[in-house]
Amino acid sequence: MATSDRAWPPVRLQVVDPQRFVVYGVFVVVFVFFAATLHDDGFLTQTNLLNIVRQTTPITIMAVGVVFVLSAGEIDLSLGAVVALSALVTADLLQDHSAVLAVGAGLAVGVAVGVANGLFVTALVLPSFLVTFASLAVVTGLARSVTDLRSVAVENRDFAAIFGSGDVGPVPGLAFWALGATAVGHFLLRYSRFGAHVLAIGDNAQAARATGIRVDRVRLLVFVLSATSAAVAGILYAGRLQGATYTLGEQDLLTVIAAVVIGGTRLFGGEGSVIGALVGSLLMGVLTNGLVLWGFSASEQLIAQGTLLLVAISLTLRGQRADG
Amino acid sequence: MTAVIRVAQLRKQFGAILALDDMTLDIDAGEVVALVGDNGAGKSTVVRCLAGLSVPTAGQIMLDGAAVRFAHPGDARRHGIEVVLQELALADRQPVYMNVFLGRELVRRPAHRLDRRGMAAATQRLLESLEVRIDSPHKIVRELSGGQRQAVAIARAVHWAKRVVLMDEPTASLGAVETRRVEELIARLRERGTAILVVSHSLDQVFRIADRICVLRRGRQIGVRTASETTAEEILAMITGLA
Repeated sequence: MATSDRAWPPVRLQVVDPQRFVVYGVFVVVFVFFAATLHDDGFLTQTNLLNIVRQTTPITIMAVGVVFVLSAGEIDLSLGAVVALSALVTADLLQDHSAVLAVGAGLAVGVAVGVANGLFVTALVLPSFLVTFASLAVVTGLARSVTDLRSVAVENRDFAAIFGSGDVGPVPGLAFWALGATAVGHFLLRYSRFGAHVLAIGDNAQAARATGIRVDRVRLLVFVLSATSAAVAGILYAGRLQGATYTLGEQDLLTVIAAVVIGGTRLFGGEGSVIGALVGSLLMGVLTNGLVLWGFSASEQLIAQGTLLLVAISLTLRGQRADG
Repeated sequence: MTAVIRVAQLRKQFGAILALDDMTLDIDAGEVVALVGDNGAGKSTVVRCLAGLSVPTAGQIMLDGAAVRFAHPGDARRHGIEVVLQELALADRQPVYMNVFLGRELVRRPAHRLDRRGMAAATQRLLESLEVRIDSPHKIVRELSGGQRQAVAIARAVHWAKRVVLMDEPTASLGAVETRRVEELIARLRERGTAILVVSHSLDQVFRIADRICVLRRGRQIGVRTASETTAEEILAMITGLA
């Protein structure tokens, strides 16, 4: 190695960023806390723990999609509405058509909303916050009008077994959906050129463009990925609940974004962690479950959950801002 | 001898604003041409057009005598043109090796996984060959000094440039020592036979590194001088219009 006197000065050794591992520590602390305080209320029973997994899966799957959006320096506020519309479209079609067609249509809802969001952001150069806020309203309206505010029951047992209600031995089928989505998302973000381009665009879009990366194409794809993950979540809700209603997913957006940000994804782009998002969503599931077992009413749960989210996000963002 | 790169009657208009008009210049292999002029002279516009970051309104770009059109920066890169921008074009939160390979990442089977090990090893060899001392190609870019960051940007250009390197104020934010090291990198690049276009505000630097000097004023080409046959006073007079 060349080490002339005129060489560049050495720099200090790289230090591992502790921010990335906060979520794992917090998860362990919260889990142990609830395990200690709610031991007699059944927190640690197999049934309860598996229920947490079942309830968390749609959040995990949406979180995987949101990791890509945030990593690219964008945001998608339309997720909750896509969940409802895709669940309703799937449930409605299941009444008279095959499960393949119904699931395909549910996924098409996600792809269509994602493409629309992506095109408005890239072709018209509009901020994703405004575009997806508007599409939230449009898709919510569609979800309400498509069944005239009625709930739709799912009576196809095979569909329900595959997409939410079934178990594989003692393990809920939903756990495999969550792990599958996490594995695919982790591979894409960490080991594919697409993931490298997403992170580079979120870090410095101008630099990415100057190196020949098709920035608009990648941005469009992350919106499709995000909305499609919401559509999958909607289909899984329909399978687990064996029905769909326009209120599905209404409360999920904040939980998903909190799970992703707490999991180590940078809200301003350039850094992301799919594994962190998985642990973040499990953390949110454990929190909700603990509050229910403590006897909090639905309103009290919302207040407590919102407060906790605010604290968690504030601490995380403070760290990220200080980090530059 | 055919110039490596030649621009003829290059023109760029932004709405009613004429940013560049009738620019003609050629650069040979192993030649450094400096582009000088006051703010708004059109220097960065030339670089952006040649790098595919802007599409010229009119005019022609020729590489080794063949006309080319760049609709996208990727087109320019495919033709062997690399650019080092005034505002550092690096992804700060990525490691050095990812920045060197940004947009052209190495992949390996199975499943076309990113070949991080291969990219890091190639980057290590590149930094050593250029005597750029960064202790690891895995280092995150935002943890580097300004000079080291600029060295990474130039190293990337050196690694990929087959024909031409464009540099827009490559030392604008650097101290004296780091500036000198960047100039050494430019000299090494010239020795390899690369055609180099450098935008600079510093006439001292221009006379240290350039073979020829092209002066722009308010979007128009005022003239081209051989560095060894002109003086700073003449170039300054061309820049200000007081000649």
